[in-house]
Amino acid sequence: MAKTAPDEDKQPETAAEEEAEKQAHESEELEIPALDAELGEKLREELGDERLIEMYETMVLIRRFEEQAGRAYQMGKIKGFCHLYIGQEAVAMGSIGALEERDYVVAAYREHGQALARGLDPDAVMAELFGKVDGVSKGKGGSMHLFDTDKNFYGGWGIVGGQIPTATGVAFAAKYRDEEAVCLCYMGDGTVPQGAFHESLNMASTWDLPVVYIIENNRYGMGTAVERISAETDMFKKADGYAMEGVLVEDGQDVFKVYDAIKTAAERGRKENRPTLVEIRTYRYRGHSMSDPATYRTKEEVEREQRKDPIQRFTRWLVENELKTEDELKEIDARCKQRAKDAVKFADKADFPPASALTEDVYVDWPWEIE
Amino acid sequence: MRTIAYREALNEAMVEEMERDEDVFLLGEEVAEYNGAYKVSQGMLDKFGPKRVIDTPIAELGFAGLGIGAAMVGLKPIVEMMTFNFAVLALDQVINTAAKMRYMSGGQLSCPVVVRGAGGAGGALGAQHSQSLEAQYAHVPGLKVMMPSTPYDAKGMLKTAIRDPDPVIFIEGEILYGLQGEVPEEEYTIPMGKGDIKREGADCTLIAWSRMVHVCKQAADKLADEGIDVEVVDLRSLRPFDKDLLRESIKKTNRAVIVEEGWPWVSVGGAVADWIARDLFDWLDAPVGRVHQRDVPMPYAFNLEDASLPGTEQVIEAVKKAAYVA
Repeated sequence: MAKTAPDEDKQPETAAEEEAEKQAHESEELEIPALDAELGEKLREELGDERLIEMYETMVLIRRFEEQAGRAYQMGKIKGFCHLYIGQEAVAMGSIGALEERDYVVAAYREHGQALARGLDPDAVMAELFGKVDGVSKGKGGSMHLFDTDKNFYGGWGIVGGQIPTATGVAFAAKYRDEEAVCLCYMGDGTVPQGAFHESLNMASTWDLPVVYIIENNRYGMGTAVERISAETDMFKKADGYAMEGVLVEDGQDVFKVYDAIKTAAERGRKENRPTLVEIRTYRYRGHSMSDPATYRTKEEVEREQRKDPIQRFTRWLVENELKTEDELKEIDARCKQRAKDAVKFADKADFPPASALTEDVYVDWPWEIE
Repeated sequence: MRTIAYREALNEAMVEEMERDEDVFLLGEEVAEYNGAYKVSQGMLDKFGPKRVIDTPIAELGFAGLGIGAAMVGLKPIVEMMTFNFAVLALDQVINTAAKMRYMSGGQLSCPVVVRGAGGAGGALGAQHSQSLEAQYAHVPGLKVMMPSTPYDAKGMLKTAIRDPDPVIFIEGEILYGLQGEVPEEEYTIPMGKGDIKREGADCTLIAWSRMVHVCKQAADKLADEGIDVEVVDLRSLRPFDKDLLRESIKKTNRAVIVEEGWPWVSVGGAVADWIARDLFDWLDAPVGRVHQRDVPMPYAFNLEDASLPGTEQVIEAVKKAAYVA
């Protein structure tokens, strides 16, 4: 599809006009867009106030946890790569919130938020980032490899796209065993041009597998804008090529919209064994990783996107609908800040793995005699 | 004892394991309706149906990854690679996922997947279809690598591979599929990491696996005519490999020659030679000899293919050199 050039007639001609337009633009956008009121009402009925507040609290926890992780990284307590999730909280909570316990989650490398949304212990997640033995993967996984089989949480993949075929296999197993469970597979927009994406979606649709592929489109694969690497930037449309349902959540900063889309897709998986491709447009506030100053985007762009902040909008909705007062929500925030700090304390105090762990868990400890 | 072909032995192993364990299933290109490119899966679709014998698209990365994902949550997939030349496309899944899932999850996960198929040179198949790539896999901690040389071994080893809780790379000799051999009717398995003495001898130990075991046996027969008594050790499993068996044999013969179908540089043969030189230095009466494919991609021309692959002549020469009779 050919890209059209910006319409030159619409460019402002003088500096004054430019300034006026900028101001008009800003005042128009200063307004924080509301969450979808109708959906909010529907979900309030479906989930109840308490659950919605829980979801809110988890989103705040993710934000505060990531802020602490960022600080710990700067202090050298977290090493390697550390990809923060700040800005995308509505995606993790909206999608995982729509799951049942028996469902599976497979994530990529920016998965702290998804891990917390799935209910992994923040202490154990932070300890993993610190490389400590009390981490979810006993300190041997790190930021990109969080696993908790008790929560059916698989991933962390450090290889772009590597999780897509594997998640498809998890869904295959769920169907093979008639579990009526679905597998959520997260990926970034940078994954879509990969062969692994194509091969997997093709098999999932051909073989009727219960998987929901979520493209978290935050517009940049590392530092490269999506339109520079993908011929089709409406990524949900790729579903057509696999005779699969394709869904766009244009406002992925609205937790209700994400929840609603994934709920439907997950049910399609569980009930009909049909896969769905869901593109969720979102935005990451920080760079690709802690080592990325993100100079490839303008300050204006980041500020503009932050006005759609998923947590601020949820805050306003909760207050306006009288589920909580502003003071009560501040208490929640304080609690989450403390929780994140406690996780850092826990991780700080935990031990590094013993030297003996170096050679453990390469192979299964299993007698050579065959049963 | 009855005699069956290598491919039938493999087929029996899969059938018996699938009858025994519902979590075992087979997927790969042409494994179902076509009955297998090399007919290893002959009749399996009829027996087990399309739920458990699955034709895949030609997409090695995708279906290998699918098998590995299914294994992560407890199934026991057999992923057939039509040939290991194509398995290169799936290396990301095998190396980056299957091999290290257990380690980087802190022991929570394992991947009991078997990736199996044909390896080595066929007959004038050219450079992209005639490769011995076992070193790629044997290099990676987390993977186990098996390469049977006889129908008996093929059946017993594949059953072990399927029951193993770790990812196993199981490379079959493309040229061996038709090889006939004795295979008992009753159930048996061959333990992981156990080598086998295919011919006893006192003067030199020939170490090989897969097709090269047969080349070594032929060479040993010819050498016997000249009064040189050669022992042929079949490693069978390249990772883990049977150090005890090698120690015993080399302590007896004091000479070793490694024969491999693959390339020489950074190879399994190189690693085994290194281990022997260090572990058994005091027992050696000669440097460890090595016979291998020429260090070039496989040519198509029939005469050049023969010239590239190791044969009995080179093996005989190497043994004589080790025995200082050349």
